[in-house]
Amino acid sequence: MSKAMKSIAIAGAVTAALAAHTSTAVAAEKEKCFGISLAGQNDCAAGEGTTCAGTSTVDYQGNAWTLVDAGTCEGMEIEGDRMGSLTALDRDLPS
Amino acid sequence: MNVTQTGFHEALLDPSRPVPKGLSNGQGDPAGRRFSVYRNNVVLSLTSALETAFPAIAKLVGPENFSKVARLFLARHPPSSPLIMYYGEEFPDFLEGFEPLRRYGHLPDLARLEQARRESYHAADSTPVDIQEIQSLTPDQISESRYELAPTVRIIHSSWPIYDIWSYNIENGPEPGTRSQNVIVTRPFFDPISTPVSNATAKFAEAIQNGMKMGDAHDLATELDSDFNLSEAFGLLLRGHAIISINTGV
Repeated sequence: MSKAMKSIAIAGAVTAALAAHTSTAVAAEKEKCFGISLAGQNDCAAGEGTTCAGTSTVDYQGNAWTLVDAGTCEGMEIEGDRMGSLTALDRDLPS
Repeated sequence: MNVTQTGFHEALLDPSRPVPKGLSNGQGDPAGRRFSVYRNNVVLSLTSALETAFPAIAKLVGPENFSKVARLFLARHPPSSPLIMYYGEEFPDFLEGFEPLRRYGHLPDLARLEQARRESYHAADSTPVDIQEIQSLTPDQISESRYELAPTVRIIHSSWPIYDIWSYNIENGPEPGTRSQNVIVTRPFFDPISTPVSNATAKFAEAIQNGMKMGDAHDLATELDSDFNLSEAFGLLLRGHAIISINTGV
Protein backbone atom coordinates (compact mmCIF):
# COMPACT_ATOMS: atom_id res chain seq x y z
CA MET A 1 0.00 0.00 0.00
CA SER A 2 1.35 3.45 -0.90
CA LYS A 3 1.91 5.99 1.84
CA ALA A 4 -0.96 8.17 0.65
CA MET A 5 -3.34 5.20 0.52
CA LYS A 6 -2.31 4.20 3.99
CA SER A 7 -2.91 7.70 5.35
CA ILE A 8 -6.37 7.67 3.85
CA ALA A 9 -7.14 4.27 5.36
CA ILE A 10 -5.96 5.46 8.78
CA ALA A 11 -7.87 8.73 8.51
CA GLY A 12 -10.97 6.76 7.53
CA ALA A 13 -10.71 4.59 10.63
CA VAL A 14 -10.13 7.62 12.84
CA THR A 15 -13.05 9.49 11.32
CA ALA A 16 -15.31 6.49 11.88
CA ALA A 17 -14.26 6.43 15.54
CA LEU A 18 -14.94 10.17 15.85
CA ALA A 19 -18.41 9.80 14.33
CA ALA A 20 -19.30 6.96 16.69
CA HIS A 21 -17.93 8.97 19.60
CA THR A 22 -19.83 12.20 19.01
CA SER A 23 -23.13 10.36 18.85
CA THR A 24 -22.66 8.69 22.24
CA ALA A 25 -20.55 11.19 24.19
CA VAL A 26 -23.27 13.41 25.62
CA ALA A 27 -25.18 10.73 27.50
CA ALA A 28 -22.19 9.63 29.53
CA GLU A 29 -21.41 12.89 31.37
CA LYS A 30 -21.90 12.74 35.12
CA GLU A 31 -21.84 15.29 37.89
CA LYS A 32 -21.52 15.10 41.65
CA CYS A 33 -24.80 15.91 43.34
CA PHE A 34 -24.84 16.76 47.03
CA GLY A 35 -27.67 16.28 49.46
CA ILE A 36 -29.63 13.60 47.62
CA SER A 37 -28.22 10.26 48.83
CA LEU A 38 -30.02 8.02 51.27
CA ALA A 39 -28.02 7.11 54.36
CA GLY A 40 -25.28 4.63 53.50
CA GLN A 41 -25.71 5.03 49.74
CA ASN A 42 -23.41 7.92 48.85
CA ASP A 43 -20.62 7.58 46.31
CA CYS A 44 -17.08 8.08 47.44
CA ALA A 45 -15.10 11.30 47.57
CA ALA A 46 -11.72 9.61 47.58
CA GLY A 47 -12.71 6.51 45.64
CA GLU A 48 -10.82 3.40 44.63
CA GLY A 49 -8.74 2.09 47.49
CA THR A 50 -10.58 4.05 50.16
CA THR A 51 -13.75 3.34 52.06
CA CYS A 52 -15.87 6.47 52.12
CA ALA A 53 -18.56 5.20 49.73
CA GLY A 54 -21.63 4.29 51.71
CA THR A 55 -20.48 6.12 54.84
CA SER A 56 -23.18 8.79 55.03
CA THR A 57 -25.28 8.31 58.12
CA VAL A 58 -28.38 10.41 57.53
CA ASP A 59 -30.73 10.59 54.55
CA TYR A 60 -29.95 13.42 52.14
CA GLN A 61 -26.77 14.29 54.04
CA GLY A 62 -25.60 17.67 52.74
CA ASN A 63 -21.91 16.86 52.43
CA ALA A 64 -22.35 13.43 50.81
CA TRP A 65 -22.79 13.08 47.07
CA THR A 66 -23.91 10.67 44.41
CA LEU A 67 -22.95 10.74 40.72
CA VAL A 68 -25.93 11.60 38.53
CA ASP A 69 -26.38 12.38 34.83
CA ALA A 70 -25.00 15.83 34.10
CA GLY A 71 -27.56 18.60 34.21
CA THR A 72 -30.06 16.73 36.37
CA CYS A 73 -28.70 17.47 39.85
CA GLU A 74 -30.00 20.96 40.51
CA GLY A 75 -33.48 20.02 39.34
CA MET A 76 -33.79 17.21 41.87
CA GLU A 77 -36.40 17.79 44.52
CA ILE A 78 -36.63 15.70 47.62
CA GLU A 79 -39.19 15.74 50.38
CA GLY A 80 -39.33 18.84 52.54
CA ASP A 81 -38.54 21.37 49.78
CA ARG A 82 -34.92 20.30 49.63
CA MET A 83 -32.95 20.33 46.38
CA GLY A 84 -29.81 18.67 45.06
CA SER A 85 -26.73 20.89 44.85
CA LEU A 86 -23.45 20.86 42.92
CA THR A 87 -21.59 22.03 46.02
CA ALA A 88 -21.63 20.66 49.56
CA LEU A 89 -24.53 21.84 51.73
CA ASP A 90 -24.66 22.50 55.46
CA ARG A 91 -28.09 20.96 55.93
CA ASP A 92 -28.75 17.43 57.19
CA LEU A 93 -25.30 16.87 58.67
CA PRO A 94 -24.87 13.99 61.11
CA SER A 95 -24.93 15.32 64.66
CA MET B 1 20.22 4.76 76.97
CA ASN B 2 18.25 6.07 74.03
CA VAL B 3 16.72 3.98 71.32
CA THR B 4 17.98 4.65 67.79
CA GLN B 5 15.68 5.39 64.91
CA THR B 6 16.99 2.35 63.02
CA GLY B 7 16.39 0.03 65.96
CA PHE B 8 12.90 1.43 66.45
CA HIS B 9 12.05 1.06 62.79
CA GLU B 10 13.38 -2.47 62.46
CA ALA B 11 11.47 -3.68 65.50
CA LEU B 12 8.34 -1.91 64.31
CA LEU B 13 7.90 -4.07 61.23
CA ASP B 14 9.23 -7.34 62.57
CA PRO B 15 7.26 -8.76 65.50
CA SER B 16 9.91 -11.42 66.10
CA ARG B 17 12.32 -8.73 67.25
CA PRO B 18 12.28 -7.69 70.87
CA VAL B 19 10.97 -4.31 71.92
CA PRO B 20 13.86 -1.88 71.45
CA LYS B 21 15.60 -1.06 74.70
CA GLY B 22 15.56 2.46 76.06
CA LEU B 23 11.92 3.38 75.42
CA SER B 24 10.29 5.07 78.35
CA ASN B 25 6.97 6.70 79.14
CA GLY B 26 6.44 10.19 80.58
CA GLN B 27 7.28 9.00 84.08
CA GLY B 28 10.57 7.48 83.01
CA ASP B 29 9.29 3.91 83.29
CA PRO B 30 9.97 1.34 80.54
CA ALA B 31 7.33 1.54 77.81
CA GLY B 32 7.52 -1.90 76.26
CA ARG B 33 3.80 -2.55 76.20
CA ARG B 34 3.09 0.78 74.57
CA PHE B 35 5.51 -0.15 71.83
CA SER B 36 3.69 -3.45 71.31
CA VAL B 37 0.39 -1.61 70.93
CA TYR B 38 1.93 0.81 68.48
CA ARG B 39 3.59 -1.98 66.49
CA ASN B 40 0.30 -3.81 66.27
CA ASN B 41 -1.52 -0.70 65.03
CA VAL B 42 1.06 0.01 62.34
CA VAL B 43 0.94 -3.52 60.98
CA LEU B 44 -2.85 -3.75 61.11
CA SER B 45 -3.42 -0.41 59.41
CA LEU B 46 -0.97 -1.15 56.60
CA THR B 47 -2.51 -4.60 56.15
CA SER B 48 -5.93 -3.05 55.93
CA ALA B 49 -4.66 -0.46 53.44
CA LEU B 50 -3.37 -3.30 51.24
CA GLU B 51 -6.61 -5.20 51.58
CA THR B 52 -8.56 -2.14 50.46
CA ALA B 53 -6.12 -1.57 47.62
CA PHE B 54 -6.17 -5.15 46.30
CA PRO B 55 -9.71 -6.39 46.95
CA ALA B 56 -9.65 -9.08 44.24
CA ILE B 57 -6.39 -10.56 45.55
CA ALA B 58 -7.74 -10.44 49.10
CA LYS B 59 -10.89 -12.22 48.02
CA LEU B 60 -9.05 -14.92 46.07
CA VAL B 61 -6.53 -15.86 48.74
CA GLY B 62 -8.91 -15.31 51.66
CA PRO B 63 -8.57 -12.86 54.57
CA GLU B 64 -6.32 -15.04 56.71
CA ASN B 65 -3.81 -15.79 53.95
CA PHE B 66 -3.95 -12.20 52.78
CA SER B 67 -2.98 -10.82 56.14
CA LYS B 68 -0.06 -13.28 56.30
CA VAL B 69 1.18 -12.26 52.85
CA ALA B 70 0.63 -8.58 53.66
CA ARG B 71 2.67 -8.87 56.83
CA LEU B 72 5.62 -10.34 54.96
CA PHE B 73 5.26 -7.73 52.25
CA LEU B 74 5.10 -4.72 54.53
CA ALA B 75 8.12 -5.86 56.53
CA ARG B 76 10.11 -5.88 53.29
CA HIS B 77 8.46 -2.88 51.64
CA PRO B 78 7.42 -0.33 54.24
CA PRO B 79 5.71 2.78 52.82
CA SER B 80 8.18 5.09 51.11
CA SER B 81 5.68 7.95 50.97
CA PRO B 82 3.13 9.22 53.49
CA LEU B 83 0.47 8.98 50.74
CA ILE B 84 -1.12 5.70 51.71
CA MET B 85 -3.32 5.73 48.61
CA TYR B 86 -0.25 4.73 46.59
CA TYR B 87 1.06 2.17 49.04
CA GLY B 88 1.55 -1.26 47.55
CA GLU B 89 3.22 -0.35 44.27
CA GLU B 90 5.71 -3.21 44.75
CA PHE B 91 3.02 -5.70 45.75
CA PRO B 92 2.51 -7.25 42.27
CA ASP B 93 6.24 -7.95 41.88
CA PHE B 94 6.37 -9.26 45.41
CA LEU B 95 3.57 -11.70 44.62
CA GLU B 96 5.41 -12.83 41.52
CA GLY B 97 8.41 -13.86 43.58
CA PHE B 98 6.38 -15.32 46.44
CA GLU B 99 6.96 -19.06 46.40
CA PRO B 100 3.85 -20.26 48.30
CA LEU B 101 1.56 -18.59 45.75
CA ARG B 102 3.52 -19.57 42.67
CA ARG B 103 0.78 -22.00 41.60
CA TYR B 104 -1.60 -19.09 41.24
CA GLY B 105 0.23 -17.49 38.36
CA HIS B 106 -2.54 -15.02 37.59
CA LEU B 107 -2.27 -13.18 40.92
CA PRO B 108 0.62 -10.82 40.03
CA ASP B 109 -1.10 -9.54 36.86
CA LEU B 110 -4.39 -9.22 38.70
CA ALA B 111 -2.61 -7.14 41.34
CA ARG B 112 -1.10 -5.03 38.51
CA LEU B 113 -4.60 -4.34 37.26
CA GLU B 114 -5.80 -3.33 40.72
CA GLN B 115 -2.78 -1.07 41.21
CA ALA B 116 -3.32 0.45 37.74
CA ARG B 117 -6.92 1.28 38.68
CA ARG B 118 -5.77 3.02 41.85
CA GLU B 119 -3.13 5.02 40.00
CA SER B 120 -5.64 5.97 37.36
CA TYR B 121 -8.12 7.06 40.00
CA HIS B 122 -5.62 9.34 41.69
CA ALA B 123 -3.90 10.66 38.55
CA ALA B 124 -4.26 14.34 37.69
CA ASP B 125 -7.35 15.57 35.87
CA SER B 126 -6.93 16.63 32.25
CA THR B 127 -9.15 17.92 29.49
CA PRO B 128 -9.67 15.68 26.46
CA VAL B 129 -8.76 17.10 23.07
CA ASP B 130 -11.54 18.82 21.14
CA ILE B 131 -12.97 16.40 18.56
CA GLN B 132 -13.04 19.22 16.02
CA GLU B 133 -9.29 19.57 16.31
CA ILE B 134 -8.89 16.00 15.04
CA GLN B 135 -11.57 16.53 12.40
CA SER B 136 -9.67 19.51 11.03
CA LEU B 137 -6.55 17.45 10.28
CA THR B 138 -5.71 16.18 6.80
CA PRO B 139 -5.30 12.39 6.36
CA ASP B 140 -1.52 12.82 6.25
CA GLN B 141 -1.55 14.89 9.41
CA ILE B 142 -3.61 12.25 11.21
CA SER B 143 -0.99 9.61 10.36
CA GLU B 144 2.01 11.80 11.06
CA SER B 145 0.83 13.23 14.40
CA ARG B 146 1.67 12.14 17.92
CA TYR B 147 -1.15 11.98 20.44
CA GLU B 148 -0.50 12.76 24.07
CA LEU B 149 -2.41 10.47 26.41
CA ALA B 150 -3.93 11.48 29.75
CA PRO B 151 -2.02 10.61 32.94
CA THR B 152 -5.00 8.41 33.85
CA VAL B 153 -4.25 5.84 31.14
CA ARG B 154 -2.72 2.51 32.15
CA ILE B 155 -2.00 -0.49 29.92
CA ILE B 156 -1.51 -3.97 31.32
CA HIS B 157 -0.29 -6.96 29.35
CA SER B 158 -1.10 -10.39 30.63
CA SER B 159 -1.19 -13.99 29.54
CA TRP B 160 -4.13 -14.60 31.90
CA PRO B 161 -7.81 -13.68 31.57
CA ILE B 162 -7.26 -10.92 34.15
CA TYR B 163 -10.16 -8.72 33.15
CA ASP B 164 -12.59 -11.62 33.52
CA ILE B 165 -11.10 -12.67 36.84
CA TRP B 166 -11.25 -9.11 38.16
CA SER B 167 -14.78 -8.55 36.93
CA TYR B 168 -16.00 -11.90 38.28
CA ASN B 169 -14.65 -11.13 41.73
CA ILE B 170 -15.38 -7.41 41.96
CA GLU B 171 -18.47 -6.70 39.89
CA ASN B 172 -20.17 -10.10 39.79
CA GLY B 173 -19.20 -10.42 36.13
CA PRO B 174 -19.62 -13.68 34.18
CA GLU B 175 -17.37 -16.62 34.92
CA PRO B 176 -13.82 -16.11 33.57
CA GLY B 177 -12.93 -17.63 30.21
CA THR B 178 -9.55 -19.10 29.38
CA ARG B 179 -8.27 -16.59 26.79
CA SER B 180 -5.54 -14.24 27.88
CA GLN B 181 -6.51 -10.60 28.16
CA ASN B 182 -4.73 -7.28 28.12
CA VAL B 183 -6.44 -4.36 29.76
CA ILE B 184 -6.54 -0.64 29.08
CA VAL B 185 -7.59 1.48 32.05
CA THR B 186 -9.03 4.92 31.28
CA ARG B 187 -10.82 7.45 33.46
CA PRO B 188 -13.26 9.50 31.40
CA PHE B 189 -14.88 11.09 34.47
CA PHE B 190 -14.45 10.16 38.11
CA ASP B 191 -14.03 6.40 38.08
CA PRO B 192 -11.52 4.24 36.21
CA ILE B 193 -12.88 1.98 33.50
CA SER B 194 -11.14 -1.26 32.57
CA THR B 195 -11.54 -2.58 29.05
CA PRO B 196 -10.19 -5.96 27.91
CA VAL B 197 -8.34 -5.59 24.60
CA SER B 198 -6.35 -7.68 22.14
CA ASN B 199 -2.58 -7.76 22.31
CA ALA B 200 -2.39 -5.59 19.17
CA THR B 201 -4.67 -2.94 20.66
CA ALA B 202 -2.64 -2.87 23.88
CA LYS B 203 0.60 -2.52 21.89
CA PHE B 204 -0.97 0.22 19.78
CA ALA B 205 -2.06 2.21 22.82
CA GLU B 206 1.33 1.74 24.40
CA ALA B 207 3.07 2.97 21.25
CA ILE B 208 0.85 6.08 21.18
CA GLN B 209 1.51 6.61 24.88
CA ASN B 210 5.24 6.46 24.20
CA GLY B 211 4.92 9.17 21.57
CA MET B 212 4.91 7.11 18.38
CA LYS B 213 3.15 8.60 15.35
CA MET B 214 -0.30 7.23 14.60
CA GLY B 215 0.80 5.74 11.27
CA ASP B 216 3.75 3.89 12.81
CA ALA B 217 1.70 2.66 15.76
CA HIS B 218 -0.90 1.39 13.31
CA ASP B 219 1.79 -0.46 11.29
CA LEU B 220 3.15 -2.05 14.43
CA ALA B 221 -0.26 -3.28 15.56
CA THR B 222 -1.20 -4.55 12.10
CA GLU B 223 2.03 -6.51 11.85
CA LEU B 224 1.21 -8.23 15.15
CA ASP B 225 -2.33 -8.99 14.16
CA SER B 226 -3.83 -8.48 10.72
CA ASP B 227 -7.26 -8.17 12.36
CA PHE B 228 -6.22 -5.09 14.33
CA ASN B 229 -9.12 -2.62 14.26
CA LEU B 230 -7.85 0.97 14.41
CA SER B 231 -11.31 2.45 14.56
CA GLU B 232 -12.16 0.41 17.63
CA ALA B 233 -8.84 1.11 19.35
CA PHE B 234 -9.01 4.84 18.68
CA GLY B 235 -12.67 4.89 19.73
CA LEU B 236 -11.70 3.32 23.05
CA LEU B 237 -9.18 6.11 23.66
CA LEU B 238 -11.74 8.77 22.71
CA ARG B 239 -14.44 7.33 24.97
CA GLY B 240 -11.93 7.12 27.80
CA HIS B 241 -11.07 10.84 27.38
CA ALA B 242 -7.56 9.56 26.96
CA ILE B 243 -6.28 11.86 24.21
CA ILE B 244 -5.40 15.27 25.59
CA SER B 245 -3.31 16.90 22.89
CA ILE B 246 -2.12 16.44 19.34
CA ASN B 247 1.32 17.26 18.12
CA THR B 248 1.35 17.62 14.34
CA GLY B 249 4.96 18.88 14.24
CA VAL B 250 7.57 16.63 12.62
